[in-house]
Amino acid sequence: MSAIREALLVLTDGTVFEGEALGATPAHGISTGEVVFNTVLHGYQEVISDPSYAGQIITFTYPHIGNYGVNPTDDEGRRPFCRGVVVREPARRRSNWRATEDFDDWLVRHGIAGIGGIDTRRLTRHIRDTGAVPGAFGALGEAADGSTVTEKSLQSAALAEPGTDGVDLVAQVTTEAAYTVGSDAPFRVVAYDFGIKATILRHLAGFANVTVVPARTPAAEVLARHPHGVFLSNGPGDPAAVPYAVEATRELLGKVPVFGICLGHQILGLALGAQTVKLPFGHHGGNHPVMRLRDGKVEITSQNHNFAIDPETLVDAEVTHVNLNDGVVQGIRATKVSAFSVQHHPEAGPGPHDSAYLFDDFALAMAGFHPDADLPTTPKPELVSGQEPHGLLEGHLRRPPATSITNTGGEV
Amino acid sequence: MPKRTDIKSILLIGSGPIVIGQACEFDYSGTQACRVLREEGYRVILANSNPATIMTDPDFADATYVEPLDVDILTKIIEKERPDALLPTMGGQTALNLAMELVELGVLDRFGVELIGADAQAIATAEDRSLFKQAMIGIGLQVPSSGIAAPPKELADAREPRATKAQLVAAAMVSAREVVVEIGLPVVIRPAYILGGKGTGIAATAAEFERLASLGLDASPITEILIEESIAGWKEYELEVMRDHADNCVIICSIENVDPMGVHTGDSITVAPAQTLSDVEYQRMRDAAFACIRRVGVETGGSNVQFAINPENGDLVVIEMNPRVSRSSALASKATGFPIAKIAARLAVGYTLDEIPNDITRKTPASFEPSIDYVVTKVPRWAFEKFPGQEPVLGTQMQSVGEAMAIGRTFPESLQKALRSLEQGRLGLNGDPGEVAYDDLTDDELVAAASIGTPDRPFQLERAIWRGIDLDRIHAETKVDPWFLDQMSLITEERKVLEDVGFAAMTRAAWRRAKRLGFGDAQLAHLWKMTEDEVRAARLAAGVKVTFKTVDTCGAEFESETPYHYSTYEDEDEVRPGDRPKVLILGSGPNRIGQGIEFDYCCVHASFALRDAGFETIMLNCNPETVSTDTTPPIVSTSSRSPTKTC
Repeated sequence: MSAIREALLVLTDGTVFEGEALGATPAHGISTGEVVFNTVLHGYQEVISDPSYAGQIITFTYPHIGNYGVNPTDDEGRRPFCRGVVVREPARRRSNWRATEDFDDWLVRHGIAGIGGIDTRRLTRHIRDTGAVPGAFGALGEAADGSTVTEKSLQSAALAEPGTDGVDLVAQVTTEAAYTVGSDAPFRVVAYDFGIKATILRHLAGFANVTVVPARTPAAEVLARHPHGVFLSNGPGDPAAVPYAVEATRELLGKVPVFGICLGHQILGLALGAQTVKLPFGHHGGNHPVMRLRDGKVEITSQNHNFAIDPETLVDAEVTHVNLNDGVVQGIRATKVSAFSVQHHPEAGPGPHDSAYLFDDFALAMAGFHPDADLPTTPKPELVSGQEPHGLLEGHLRRPPATSITNTGGEV
Repeated sequence: MPKRTDIKSILLIGSGPIVIGQACEFDYSGTQACRVLREEGYRVILANSNPATIMTDPDFADATYVEPLDVDILTKIIEKERPDALLPTMGGQTALNLAMELVELGVLDRFGVELIGADAQAIATAEDRSLFKQAMIGIGLQVPSSGIAAPPKELADAREPRATKAQLVAAAMVSAREVVVEIGLPVVIRPAYILGGKGTGIAATAAEFERLASLGLDASPITEILIEESIAGWKEYELEVMRDHADNCVIICSIENVDPMGVHTGDSITVAPAQTLSDVEYQRMRDAAFACIRRVGVETGGSNVQFAINPENGDLVVIEMNPRVSRSSALASKATGFPIAKIAARLAVGYTLDEIPNDITRKTPASFEPSIDYVVTKVPRWAFEKFPGQEPVLGTQMQSVGEAMAIGRTFPESLQKALRSLEQGRLGLNGDPGEVAYDDLTDDELVAAASIGTPDRPFQLERAIWRGIDLDRIHAETKVDPWFLDQMSLITEERKVLEDVGFAAMTRAAWRRAKRLGFGDAQLAHLWKMTEDEVRAARLAAGVKVTFKTVDTCGAEFESETPYHYSTYEDEDEVRPGDRPKVLILGSGPNRIGQGIEFDYCCVHASFALRDAGFETIMLNCNPETVSTDTTPPIVSTSSRSPTKTC
């Protein structure tokens, strides 16, 4: 790392945090976005490269970030879409056999700026009390384009930042053209890409030939591909900002089994007629307890969302999972059509594998919906994870050929 | 599931006298268990031979027996008290072994006493090395490969004429050579049925193998050795796991050892959480830990699972599993704020994790995994100076008598705090009179010294870095992970900067950087040949003050009321002092010979008495094994504020 560049992070309410610049340097010297936090202890690469963070500045509550470097297989999107990272202590030297690049170099390569040395606990407590707020950060002094970065200019930039409510961030992250992964699998699945994570695709490709389509693909085009099931992916921002996706989902319901994760879960809820609400500061971590109501089993889950389904507004659907910390709806199942979804991330990446059975449930739903098609009714053993450390998990480390999807997302 | 009503009374066995490897952490766990079980309405019968414990105070159990811990006495206690259940997992290896003896002698069957927490089958599977290995292989986990070398049965059993020891050893060496060909050098040689690690050793060459294998066979009363693939130099990790009756499993804490495999984890400098694992690797280890606790069959409570990872390719092997609370779980409890023993006691009587509230947030259930936003470093304390002639070399047998735990926002900060907490004359990693100790060694000698696990290793590593010896070379020879070395190097480089800049030119930013790397004012005073008071006055004048942060199990995601804090140098001080008169109680630091559990006992009673007299009590200590630093109600704090601070 080069010489220390003093930097500030300023929130719209004028709260100032002192630190040092890291990662890329934007030409105008300032990065803006909605400041959120994540409490994972491992998995910074997956978090930063998750397209669901489009428009946001990610604060890591764990102080040491970059310790194990980065590697080509842990990226969740074709590139990071977040607006910046805030850390306490960026690693100078990495150590891990899987690593191929330093954290700082990786940020620079992807044009992501960061700020280190921050009292991230103070920042997290602040966000916890005020809710996610827009903020701006940058190295003080003259920027590459000749403008001068000061505390004042940072606060102006923060105030000018619109936040994520009602903004269609999906348009920024979705694939431009359809592409296919997982060739010889028994099921055909069409996956809507609202910001789909590579780990989800890896799971789906384990049992399905998956065609990933752009977010605005009409339902008719999807049905023309004769899928056994449709998957609604995770993605950034406010579900109310993607009415086209809700409309397409509504047309698909009843015609084909639907499974949604995160934003896809909210879209399914809206398509079923429910409403969504914005949470005070969202759920962002890898340690949230979720209860599966059908048997009371507790799953530790990976979470990243600011919006949630309002259970009072659900019709023709039942709540299947709830967050034990605050009672927020974590999963729903439609009662009149074959459709279910969860708010948390069963694919992990990063996070625990406790909920990976939901992918098996999707396979079973497809097999049950198409009784005449010659489809397997029992999931492949390597998909039954959580209990079996030598099945799926080895696959995680070896990363099957589907890995190549990480870098070809928009271009294929 | 609600708590069990078919049992009314529970026998708890303590860990007996303090020995190396079993100290006040089992008073901590046992005290928590007694309190919880009584709160739940059970009659608690306690047996412990050590009266210098809080748990044997009259208020903690319904019936307390301060008696020698042996099966005869325990049988009499069982006969008299007729407990419905025995909880064997709170009193260390002593309680576990006694429980197994009671099972084998049929005492528990005879009096209808149920083992709760872990049953006999689970304990046997975890404790018997070969049963454990088979169990792990059965669920697809890797273990270090091994084989047993012994003389042929007909020779060993021969009566007329009886084979000489030399003949038996010679015969067993034939099979030993076959085993080692299979496994490949280096190997660990572990003689069967020996005490205190006698005859154990690591053989790297054929000649060493010949010598050590013969010594080992000679040391074994049945002329038998286990020859195990050596994974010395691999990275060592521990996970603290909890499981309930409904098969919900959570990880409370991950711990990474700074010392590589080869040094007992109790003698290693350890850090929480794990620092150099990507999420993919961490989750694989988490799944393996769950698979392990399920296979071993610990139905409820906490267990500790130890792993090793090959730093070259990520190969993961299971080393061992403790089906009970341990010193590591005491550390994990203090490191995360999650009271493992207390929760384990509730799980043992039938609750599930989601039915138990998290004491710290009070708003969330115990069925979660703590997230922390600081680094915890534990450094063991040894007593080699008390045993002249004994080589201070660390190995597979634990030798430390105590430990210091420090919390900092970063590893360098917590490491320096922990090193000065040892109270062995060092002020930190460097910047003190002790740092010249290795000046007469050549570079080669210094690196060679640091490649052997000893109490001096962190300081030797620091000096090697100070001399500018390449970190890659230090790593290659010592196997200490390069990330840890680089973090130590930050301290070493800062020491030089501080000396070069000099006291007069210190800016606020410079003070802040030094304090954030864990430099104490005394270290700075040594560097600048000033007094500590002068340094402190100048630092405060520059506006750099200590701040206190809170241990809250959730990385600040939720509000918490915990009175459990640590010092660091950040922007925000979270601790708002109350307005009642306060008394600060200084704990006694790491256990050592001549100063141990009895001072913990005094601290607890001082805290109780002062609180009853209307004072707010503040407990300051760096010993994670202590009852007096238990932050979870109702031991130290009640509704009144009784902050615990770690130094």
